[in-house]
Amino acid sequence: MSDNTTGTSSHGTGPFIAAIDQGTTSSRCIVFDRDGRIVAVDQKEHEQIFPKPGWVEHNAAEIWVNVQEVVAGAISKAGITKDDVKAIGITNQRETTLLWDKNTGEPVHNAIVWQDTRTDALTRELGRNVGADRWRRETGLPLSTYFAGPKARWLLDNVEGLRERAERGDILFGTMDSWVIWNLTGGTNGGAHVTDVTNASRTMLMNLHNMEWDQRICESMGVPSVMLPEIKSSAEVYGTAKGGALDGVPVASALGDQQAALFGQCCFSEGDAKSTYGTGTFMLMNTATKPVNSYAGLLTTVGYRIGDQPAVYALEGSIAVTGALVQWMRDQMGLIKTAPEIETLASSVDDNGGAYFVPAFSGLFAPHWNPDARGVITGLTGYVTKAHIARAVLEATAWQTREISDAMTKDSGVELTTLKVDGGMTANNLLMQTLADVLDAPVVRPLVAETTALGAAYAAGLAVGFWPDTEALRANWRRAAEWTPQMDKGVRDREYKNWLKAVDRSKGWLDESDV
Amino acid sequence: MAKNIQSLERAAAVLRLLAGGERRLGLSDIASSLGLAKATAHGILRTLQAEGFVEQEAASGRYQLGAELLRLGNSYLDVHELRSRALVWTDDLARSSGESVHLGVLHQGGVLIVHHVFRPDDSRQVLEVGAMQPLHCTALGKVLCAFDPVAHNEAIEGRRPSLTARTVTLPVPFEAELAAVRERGWASDVEETWDGVSAVAAPIRDRHGMAVGAIAVTGASERLGVPGAAAGAAGRPEAAGVRPDLAAAVRDCARGVSRDIGNGRF
Repeated sequence: MSDNTTGTSSHGTGPFIAAIDQGTTSSRCIVFDRDGRIVAVDQKEHEQIFPKPGWVEHNAAEIWVNVQEVVAGAISKAGITKDDVKAIGITNQRETTLLWDKNTGEPVHNAIVWQDTRTDALTRELGRNVGADRWRRETGLPLSTYFAGPKARWLLDNVEGLRERAERGDILFGTMDSWVIWNLTGGTNGGAHVTDVTNASRTMLMNLHNMEWDQRICESMGVPSVMLPEIKSSAEVYGTAKGGALDGVPVASALGDQQAALFGQCCFSEGDAKSTYGTGTFMLMNTATKPVNSYAGLLTTVGYRIGDQPAVYALEGSIAVTGALVQWMRDQMGLIKTAPEIETLASSVDDNGGAYFVPAFSGLFAPHWNPDARGVITGLTGYVTKAHIARAVLEATAWQTREISDAMTKDSGVELTTLKVDGGMTANNLLMQTLADVLDAPVVRPLVAETTALGAAYAAGLAVGFWPDTEALRANWRRAAEWTPQMDKGVRDREYKNWLKAVDRSKGWLDESDV
Repeated sequence: MAKNIQSLERAAAVLRLLAGGERRLGLSDIASSLGLAKATAHGILRTLQAEGFVEQEAASGRYQLGAELLRLGNSYLDVHELRSRALVWTDDLARSSGESVHLGVLHQGGVLIVHHVFRPDDSRQVLEVGAMQPLHCTALGKVLCAFDPVAHNEAIEGRRPSLTARTVTLPVPFEAELAAVRERGWASDVEETWDGVSAVAAPIRDRHGMAVGAIAVTGASERLGVPGAAAGAAGRPEAAGVRPDLAAAVRDCARGVSRDIGNGRF
């Protein structure tokens, strides 16, 4: 970023908020000014460790070194000092799990990353005769390999002597927020062992209704509660940084990445929703102060909690294959040379020519939950060209979003009014227009693309009084583009019906014996 | 075999001549090298120039290969690729300038808007992606005409309707304006397309140096203009009628995108 493009802005004097974004592939630090504008960014990637198929690990010590480096880097690039920084906010890859020795500060094992599937058998065993929904009412989550509790149990079972050390109280558990905060605030020298409600809501160990560790679940899961961090709100001062580039600055927020994006998109009212379009897609809708039990297979999760205000909940739906389908068209089919070309190809025709593409590459998730499904392209005739297929590829992302949105409305009784979008695929104009058309709701892209880091900065700023309230944050929110629905209702209804027919064709492809 | 078309054979010979050895050749050199009458060679060169296959250097009058040939030879830049590369830069420009930002490319004798970032205030705005703007009077169009010979020919040969009292329509002042744009590297439009609206634009160049698009900041003249300046005075760079800091920001943004699409020169 050249000095001149940002130079005409007025970030000159500060004060500022620093956000640490500890992500799956890299750690970043972004410095924001009072208007929510980016002043400086520093980033460093860390190693992805694949010990065997399906296993993914991170070296937490490497991550902590990188975090310190990017914090120092961003402060130096911004040309400011720690005195100009009012607070540090943290957002992180969710569910990635670490155990470390509280006396030495050494991790006892690499962190187990959220995508890691090693707990597959364990989670099925934990479901016993009840199944995946055994603890859904308490935690809002089905038993699956993503969540942190079973990952901690796996470590306790598989690292020699660990369970004894944990029961003696020598071991600390944490998701990446806890690890970063503990180290920032002094580590073995009095570091705060805390997590926030959003990260805690992804462990399967916290009771959503009272925001406390659920003793019964901890016992059934085999995770000693002595090693669990204290659950705090998402926006309060957990402690102050000890040493490093920001020595003495309050550490004042933590939010899981998707919740941070919800916060950064200013989804503060019931029914406000955001969707992040990357390789896959995560959509979250604010359901105000009620945890809405999902019958459509969505996740119930904590959206955020500001200080001692009531917690705000969210429904979450994810789509496994969105940007990944465009990549598949490029890499496996060779129909396009670059991902943006999908729009060029799709725009060369006016409609899908009758073709529908259900990318159920690893089964269907919310709201269908059909693991036996596999991808189909249907409605083919001699008329259909690769351009129609390209259009069907984009429509698949739009219709899957519509299905999640409908499920959210069904569960919560709240209609989607506007969808706020972020992520790489928002550069695709045809996709964004199609999304508005099939949702029959405006789709809005904000001017700040870094909604995740911004959310962490906002929460930290609220905690230290840098911003007075969420209304002040809303006033910062800027619309960069808006797509309004243009599709005729008759066409939308017909196309949705056809999409659902195509989804039916994808179901039950695998036989019992294939599974 | 049927007899080949002589004029096409001669045109091909001219292109081969310009492609080999010395890059720039005068009319007499070309005519004598190929054994053609000067008038014949000139006719061929004029036609190739109109198609963008040949360019004439303004100062020396010498000829060289044109941008359109490069466009033919290399797969042209996908406009959606261009948008996705430009997204971050144009967001920054909208934020720092406080005005709306457009990215346009040459399309069917006009400027096709392929990307639009709203002015960052709370007002209702309509996405203008897919809209067409005129070539001869918008800042985007003038940049394309100044740096892309194909756009230039389309503007010279096409209609140049008067849209406001300030629109430059006559060929001589129009060429003078384009010369000024080439000189300073950016173009302005001070109420030449819409009353009360000004804009400033700069070229995006690909790795061959070709102007593949342009980026503009557009807004109310009261905010974009230089107070008290003789706005819209064609051909006078010092009186282009827009704030110099905005022109600098637009150029920086366009350079950033140019670098991202592989132009290392900036």
